[in-house]
Amino acid sequence: MQTAKDLKEYRAELREALDNEFLRQAMDKFAVAYRGSRAKAFAGMDLKGLIADVAQAKDGAAQRMDELLSEFTAKAEAAGVKVHVARTALEANEIIAAIAKENGVKKIVKSKSMTAEEIHLNDHLEGQGYEVTETDLGEWIIQLRHEGPTHMVMPAIHLSRNQVADLFSEVTGTKQEVDIQKLVKVARRELRRKFVEADMGISGGNFAIAETGTIALCTNEGNARLVTTLPRVHVALVGLDKLTPSINDALRVIKALPRNATGQAITSYVSWITGPGECQSSPDGKKEMHVVFLDNGRRALAKDPMFSQVLRCIRCGACANVCPVYRLVGGHQLGHIYIGAIGLILTYFYHGREKAKNLVQNCINCGACKAVCAGGIDLPKLIKEVHARIQDEEGHPLQSQLLGKVLKSRKLFHALLRSAKAVQKPITGGTPYLRHLPMIFAKDQNFRALPAIAETPFRDRFEALKPRVSSPKLRVALFSGCVQDFVYPEQAEAAVKILGKHNVDVSFPMDQSCCGLPVQMMGEREASRSVAEQNVRAFDPASCDYILTLCASCASHLKHGYPDILAGDPKLDVKVRQFADRVIDFSSFVHDVLKVQPEEFRKDGKKVTYHSPCHLCRGLHVTEAPRALMGIGGLEYIPAEEEDVCCGFGGTYSMKFPELSAELLKKKLANVEKTGAELLLTDCPGCIMQLRGGLEAKGSTVKVAHVAEALAERLK
Amino acid sequence: MSESQPLSRLFEEKAKAVSAVVSKVTSLEQALAHAVDLCDKKDACQILVSGCELPLSATGEALCETKQQKILAAPGLEPKLFAKLKELAAERGILCIDTGMRQRLGGVDIAFTVADFGIAETGTLVFDSNSEEQRLATMIAEFHLAVLPVSKIREKSFDLEEELLALLQKSPSYTAFVTGASRTADIERVLALGVHGPLELHILLLED
Repeated sequence: MQTAKDLKEYRAELREALDNEFLRQAMDKFAVAYRGSRAKAFAGMDLKGLIADVAQAKDGAAQRMDELLSEFTAKAEAAGVKVHVARTALEANEIIAAIAKENGVKKIVKSKSMTAEEIHLNDHLEGQGYEVTETDLGEWIIQLRHEGPTHMVMPAIHLSRNQVADLFSEVTGTKQEVDIQKLVKVARRELRRKFVEADMGISGGNFAIAETGTIALCTNEGNARLVTTLPRVHVALVGLDKLTPSINDALRVIKALPRNATGQAITSYVSWITGPGECQSSPDGKKEMHVVFLDNGRRALAKDPMFSQVLRCIRCGACANVCPVYRLVGGHQLGHIYIGAIGLILTYFYHGREKAKNLVQNCINCGACKAVCAGGIDLPKLIKEVHARIQDEEGHPLQSQLLGKVLKSRKLFHALLRSAKAVQKPITGGTPYLRHLPMIFAKDQNFRALPAIAETPFRDRFEALKPRVSSPKLRVALFSGCVQDFVYPEQAEAAVKILGKHNVDVSFPMDQSCCGLPVQMMGEREASRSVAEQNVRAFDPASCDYILTLCASCASHLKHGYPDILAGDPKLDVKVRQFADRVIDFSSFVHDVLKVQPEEFRKDGKKVTYHSPCHLCRGLHVTEAPRALMGIGGLEYIPAEEEDVCCGFGGTYSMKFPELSAELLKKKLANVEKTGAELLLTDCPGCIMQLRGGLEAKGSTVKVAHVAEALAERLK
Repeated sequence: MSESQPLSRLFEEKAKAVSAVVSKVTSLEQALAHAVDLCDKKDACQILVSGCELPLSATGEALCETKQQKILAAPGLEPKLFAKLKELAAERGILCIDTGMRQRLGGVDIAFTVADFGIAETGTLVFDSNSEEQRLATMIAEFHLAVLPVSKIREKSFDLEEELLALLQKSPSYTAFVTGASRTADIERVLALGVHGPLELHILLLED
């Protein structure tokens, strides 16, 4: 749950979570175990195809929401169900309370429902004097602790067996042993009584199947079976997004849901309920059944051209499972009710911007969530969009406004960088790092050494470096990005050296500027758009064969971000497409296009390891080329653990959340050092800034370089 | 028959992977004998496993008093088979019932059922669970023992779509997929079987 008033308070909560030793260990174990069990669960299956099918089916259902609602209602009513539609959370709460009242209900048992959490149903019913008991073990635990869930599937994942034993001791009034198997049995017995006494059972619904008027529920514990069987009244609270045309659609989602959630092939129980059946505890021997559909913005979302895809969410929680930030701080800090990447978005729509405004900034944009989403939702993009919308509504912070203004004018931006270079002497102490940071940065940022601005930017060196080639085999236009232009020009220089050897004509359009990702990340859409347009114009894409960049983040932003950002501008439609089609990263270009050979390099067998930049491996799906290049370049590649997990840089993220950035870096460097490699290679100057700075700060001897530098150095 | 052979093998493999105990029988009579044997061999106070030996609240503990004798529940079994089962059970001093589950919510030892279908790729049993007695028996029993005729096994859930549609179109209806025993990993992600439902699921593959 979000209670922080501002970013400062939110950061204090994050620091507290970071200090929770148990949480950190539990999350680490989970993150690693999940990866393996998910891969095993999907082994041999066409996962991409499945995701695409789920996405398509869910999109189709969202577009036909009202039609499916009518069809479902007709079928369900014919079966004896009373169907309600609640426009708001309050309406849903009132409808359910009224059902309880009409039926003379006193005690209620519930099976797990995120939708009920969304509307704070328990609070409402308890406020009216009903006794409400959650029967899913995890939900019961957090109910007893008066907490919100920290995971969509495992709501009590943040708690230790000791905490549960203490809690159960309190609840039973008897000392409980710290033994998970025994604690589970205690819950079984205590809750059985609640089932017996309840007059009403409330469930959620994983599916509302229109063709048969059926509600389907997936559970592992089997509590939903008891909730829907024992009490004389059953109320299913279901989001309108759970309406689905056919059994076939439900079976398809069931194929993905448990596998993506926990690595299980299927949940222990799937219950399919059409209409109120036999109920011996009811005076007439028949169950009373209600289905309450919740809108709460879903109908409007279905019509939103950008956000309708959030309705594809099947609530598997995978986006949290793989999120490096969630892994550090857990669900209370990375969600309000809905947790993880999808939670950052849904909070804005279902619980308002006050709850979402801090949260939504805590995305490092590594793309891990998007890569595993069962519905193929472009989560990072939508998170940024929510961020931008909140800023548009609440006003932009001065810092991001300024950055936006500066980046929009290339000349101003570059002039600032040049003057920064001129005045940095006192803080570099003649080293390539900013040694004596001004006090405002020093405390938070000293987990890594920050680099100094280079003496001469790449753009000023280029004319002298430009390979003089006659009848070139390819024309490549270089996009340096700000970091290689002004901080690490030697990386771009290394690339030019290799290109020259291969008879490639290289150009460097001087009007290029920052790719715009930093302002996009900060929710400055206007500046982001303007910079994108300037770059497309600067390159005039038809005049070259490739647009090469050594920065993974720039590359993925230029290739996938630009067409999106500049969409709908008829003057740019063709150019931006041509531009994006030509963008290629360094490793892919050298490996797949130039096809460099081992004979070109001096083999020295130096031990190297690799960091796979988020925007290369997930943004561009490039994984093989850089690893192959290390071998071709005569190096001995030793894989590190979790090579594709974010280094914690995330551009402006590391400035905003330095304590989280530092922790991610710490994990990364520990994995690097474990390999015993002397050299760490990667494909992104941003990652290099973070990794090199971190190793420098801890006094490590491991060196960091761009793949291009390692290759150029070994060219024969 | 040749078709169902690999399917039943796949079913067995997948069901075992989720901790189901799988055996083979050649007739329903043999299955009945198996049920009585299992009930007989089961610890006399096995019901304690589900919580009675633990310190409970006074109301939780009251439930433990409700059971005196071993009970085998077989609701929905055809009358002739039920009579046979009752006879076999009586020989071992086991009470055999097919109704009154609501009076036994503290728990019974074994629920004996015959599954309508099986899904091999996940080791799943499919039950038409319209009967409240059947649904409750398979939840309150410590062990659920289900007979699955091999001829009713399909490879994938999608192969059952037509049959499932027929089941769901009946109104009212309650259909259940059951895969392994009731389970949770809600405390520290440690697997625990038998949260609200059976502690063990036994499946008898019936060669028919």
